[in-house]
Amino acid sequence: MLKLTTEGKKTPFYDKHVALEGKIVDYSGWLLPVQYQKGLVEEVHDTRRRAAIFDVSHMGEVSVKGGDAEEFLQKIIANDIYGLKDNAVIYSPVCYPDGGVVDDILIYRINREKFFLVVNAANTDKDFSWFQKNVFGDVRLENLSSEYAQIALQGPNSEKILQELTEEPLQQMKNYHFLPEVLVAAVKCIVSRTGYTGEDGFEIYCNNNDSSALWNAVWSAGQKHELNPAGLGARDVLRLEAAMPLYGHELSREITPLQAGLDRFVALDKKVVFNGQEALRKQKEEGISRRLFGLEMLERGVPREGYPVKAGEQEIGWVSSGSYSPTLDKFIAMGFLDPEVVNNNTEVSVMIRNRSYRARITKLPFYRRKK
Amino acid sequence: MMKYNIVDGLMYTKKHEWSRQEGSSAVVGLSDYAQDKLGEIVFVELPDVGAEVEAGQGAAVIESVKAVADLYAPLDGSVIEINEELLDQPELINTDPYGAGWVFKIEIKDESQLGLLMDDKAYAIFVVEEEEEN
Repeated sequence: MLKLTTEGKKTPFYDKHVALEGKIVDYSGWLLPVQYQKGLVEEVHDTRRRAAIFDVSHMGEVSVKGGDAEEFLQKIIANDIYGLKDNAVIYSPVCYPDGGVVDDILIYRINREKFFLVVNAANTDKDFSWFQKNVFGDVRLENLSSEYAQIALQGPNSEKILQELTEEPLQQMKNYHFLPEVLVAAVKCIVSRTGYTGEDGFEIYCNNNDSSALWNAVWSAGQKHELNPAGLGARDVLRLEAAMPLYGHELSREITPLQAGLDRFVALDKKVVFNGQEALRKQKEEGISRRLFGLEMLERGVPREGYPVKAGEQEIGWVSSGSYSPTLDKFIAMGFLDPEVVNNNTEVSVMIRNRSYRARITKLPFYRRKK
Repeated sequence: MMKYNIVDGLMYTKKHEWSRQEGSSAVVGLSDYAQDKLGEIVFVELPDVGAEVEAGQGAAVIESVKAVADLYAPLDGSVIEINEELLDQPELINTDPYGAGWVFKIEIKDESQLGLLMDDKAYAIFVVEEEEEN
């Protein structure tokens, strides 16, 4: 049973969640709503069909400035930011020298000497220490996490809602682009066309002090566009349907980005040597014994993290994330499986409480929005 | 104000199962409070007919999108009927926890165990206390 709790940090939107009768849980030290009154399934539908507002203030923000900022980032991230334009956003794993993952982050380029990083809540302190340990030359790091509130506005109606609150022509803002200073309902914000749901949408950052005004403005502008609140539960299911990795599940100290199938975010040929490059090149050459695949249950049963996966009697891996998918009305999972066995067996089984349930290997993502 | 439906005539456990006596047998299910806490139920694992269940021991598994919960048998007994409707429509536990959402029926082994369960009034107080604790 879900354990409700009153310890942990409150985001600036805590009172909004309570007023909306959200079920508050402790998520890596933060008190956040796992769902609201309508429930997780409806919140997933709201996000895919209309629009949803999420409090993601727990995410960490780090500013990187200075003449060597770009060079520094090139050395710590696996992706390549050479040629990244101002006002563009890029996703990248950050690796240890052995290829294991410190975190997966978003990098916002304000200009060549000024970047804004968004990191996972549970990893913020660890990341910041790691950045400091690797810093050199003219690089100034600042952990801004405690100053920023963040709202994710996701779903097909997001643009219409946000456009009511700003003069900026949002239609011109492309996916994975941002503006560093936008007035949204007279609140100074960073606005990016990004998200963790597989839908169109925006992530909006502002100072804690202005956060209530921002939330209220988005909320009231959203009323005629069927905006609803959505919690962490819906967020996790949405990202699973879109096959986006979650640190601690698809990526970790022990799991490399190549195992997680994130090859296109790992610039093995990058000119600047980055942390983990050699180890990842070696892994690519030698092959991978466990790689991420999609699974769809052929029998009713909920595949959950840690459940073993078998082909016949042979154990071939484990489930890293799994759930009922409201969008597909199916039970789906991602899991790390032996690629050689998978190539010869499209049908496998997931062990749920020592009973075997049939599943098949499927392509990722499970869900892709129509553009 | 109690926001959860608690039906009189049923007996309840501290793990939020209910039991309705019908002669020498008892129908078992999950309380409205429990289904609300779990959220949308998407899967139910039922015991086999004929299985022996023991008071306080796991007899069925109820899964919502986010959580896995054991349903503990309120009484010792042997399973004589299961609600197979739940296999295709597990959400019946959400929509009608005391009716169409019943889970299984047992032949009661020891009627004296009924005295260890709570009636609706005692259970209502128990739920309020549990809410305050959280």
